[in-house]
Amino acid sequence: MKRYVIIGNGVAAAGCIEGIRKIDRTGEITVVSEEDRAVYCRPLISYYLEKKTDLSRMQYRSADFYDRMGCRVLYGKKAVRILNESREIELDDGALLPYDSLCLAVGSSPFVPRFEGIESVENQFSFMTLDDALALDAAVSENSRVLIVGAGLIGLKCAEGLTGRAASVAVCDLADRVLSSILDDECAAMMQKHLEAHGMRFYLGDSVGRFEGNTAIMQSGAAVPFDVLVLAVGVRANTALLREAGGEVNRGILVDERMQTSLPGIYAAGDCAEGFDSSVGARRVLAILPNAYLQGHAAGVNMAGGSETLENAIPMNSIGFFGLHAMTAGSYEGALYEEKTDHSIKRLFTKDDLLKGFILIGCNERAGIYTAMIREKTPLSSVNFEILKKAATTAAFSSEIRRKKFGGVV
Amino acid sequence: MKRVYVNEQWCLGCHLCEYNCAFANSGMTDMVLALKGKPIYPRIHIEEGEKITYAVSCRHCEDPLCVKSCIAGALYKEDGVIRIDREKCVGCCTCVLVCPYGALAPSEDGVMQKCELCLQNSVGEPACVKGCPNRAIVYEERGEAL
Repeated sequence: MKRYVIIGNGVAAAGCIEGIRKIDRTGEITVVSEEDRAVYCRPLISYYLEKKTDLSRMQYRSADFYDRMGCRVLYGKKAVRILNESREIELDDGALLPYDSLCLAVGSSPFVPRFEGIESVENQFSFMTLDDALALDAAVSENSRVLIVGAGLIGLKCAEGLTGRAASVAVCDLADRVLSSILDDECAAMMQKHLEAHGMRFYLGDSVGRFEGNTAIMQSGAAVPFDVLVLAVGVRANTALLREAGGEVNRGILVDERMQTSLPGIYAAGDCAEGFDSSVGARRVLAILPNAYLQGHAAGVNMAGGSETLENAIPMNSIGFFGLHAMTAGSYEGALYEEKTDHSIKRLFTKDDLLKGFILIGCNERAGIYTAMIREKTPLSSVNFEILKKAATTAAFSSEIRRKKFGGVV
Repeated sequence: MKRVYVNEQWCLGCHLCEYNCAFANSGMTDMVLALKGKPIYPRIHIEEGEKITYAVSCRHCEDPLCVKSCIAGALYKEDGVIRIDREKCVGCCTCVLVCPYGALAPSEDGVMQKCELCLQNSVGEPACVKGCPNRAIVYEERGEAL
């Protein structure tokens, strides 16, 4: 009987378990879970702060998930070393865990720059895990002035979750715009205006120079007093386990389209992995939940002797704040098609007869039709793009494509 | 498994399926009270091209991207039917971002909704099919993978 070990217990691990069980009903699966919790929806921690969900609804799978999947979970245990030669994992309690096939679903960790005076800040938090959210939840009161360092996806969702619960929420970022990893200048400006209308304050193109107790002295010289500090500067893929075992890593653990690392018998999936981004034709860490599940699932199938490859992964995000949604996908290169109103922007980027990427704010109806065109590299010459660019509709596809999409089982 | 299919050459573009869908899922017994004078939120919609119209609802994909992408674990597959747990959905719209068919959309209260084949409501079979005046929408098995 094959012995599978999965290090990590997030969504990539859940995908891996389900992938393995698709092929192998009986092999022994052991999950090493550093967090003392069953798999939960990490992206929902901001919704928890906002009271839009609760601990039970945040469970990613039903309570009988591990039993149903025939998995053993070692809670509160940490893998410290991969013994590649003997195919064993050394745990932090010294125990050795043998494996035939291993998946690293170890995620990423918050990157915390060394701010001068950071040790003098009383209430400082990261915003990655449910424990972070619970600690922040307990620390924030209606009198709290909150400062969030980082205006990216994590920082802003945290800011949204705390708006209305705290006296004030300020966000700073070295970048000169919000959501700089997914929005261009004009789109970011629209979103920022919307966030400001809901009470957030921004210090952009500026970052903390140093902390003096509970006051941030910005690089611009501004002094920002606060009661609660959230550090959401960025994350780094957890690559150390594989690197120390002699495996190849870059920004993430390098994997091929089967999620296999450079070491035999070892796979990686999710935020720790650097796979192929088909929208730019290069390897990139795509730290998004859909990718974590898909990579985990592919890894699991391949570990169990099946075959599943991921060839069309692309960056894509759907993120909403106070009712305004931004959807983005692919890369922003090539010719621009644009439609704008006071409350919406649509930007489509085309190049070489392909839709390469898009930014949609406040107009996301059926956006998945565009996303599929990027993923599937649908030639624009095969569709009626004059219709499609105005509205995402499969009516602009040829009758032959429509027959394939709608005429049978897909 | 039986799914909803549309023979686009027979679709009149009358939008009745949208009304029948919205009514079937309204939980109400009077169609007029359920729908009259209100915006409707059907789980099937008519696509209109230059010379064609056809209805689109969830394909109940064998390998559903929406389920794999759902950040809340709210979308799931049960006996081949893709279903959504409205209690778990937080309305992030990731499913809208990934569905290649445009088959998911927000409901009136912002939670996502999709065709669940009327299996859970009082109709018990797809209301869009039952009410299609030109029998363009059908509920049948086609080319199941074994």
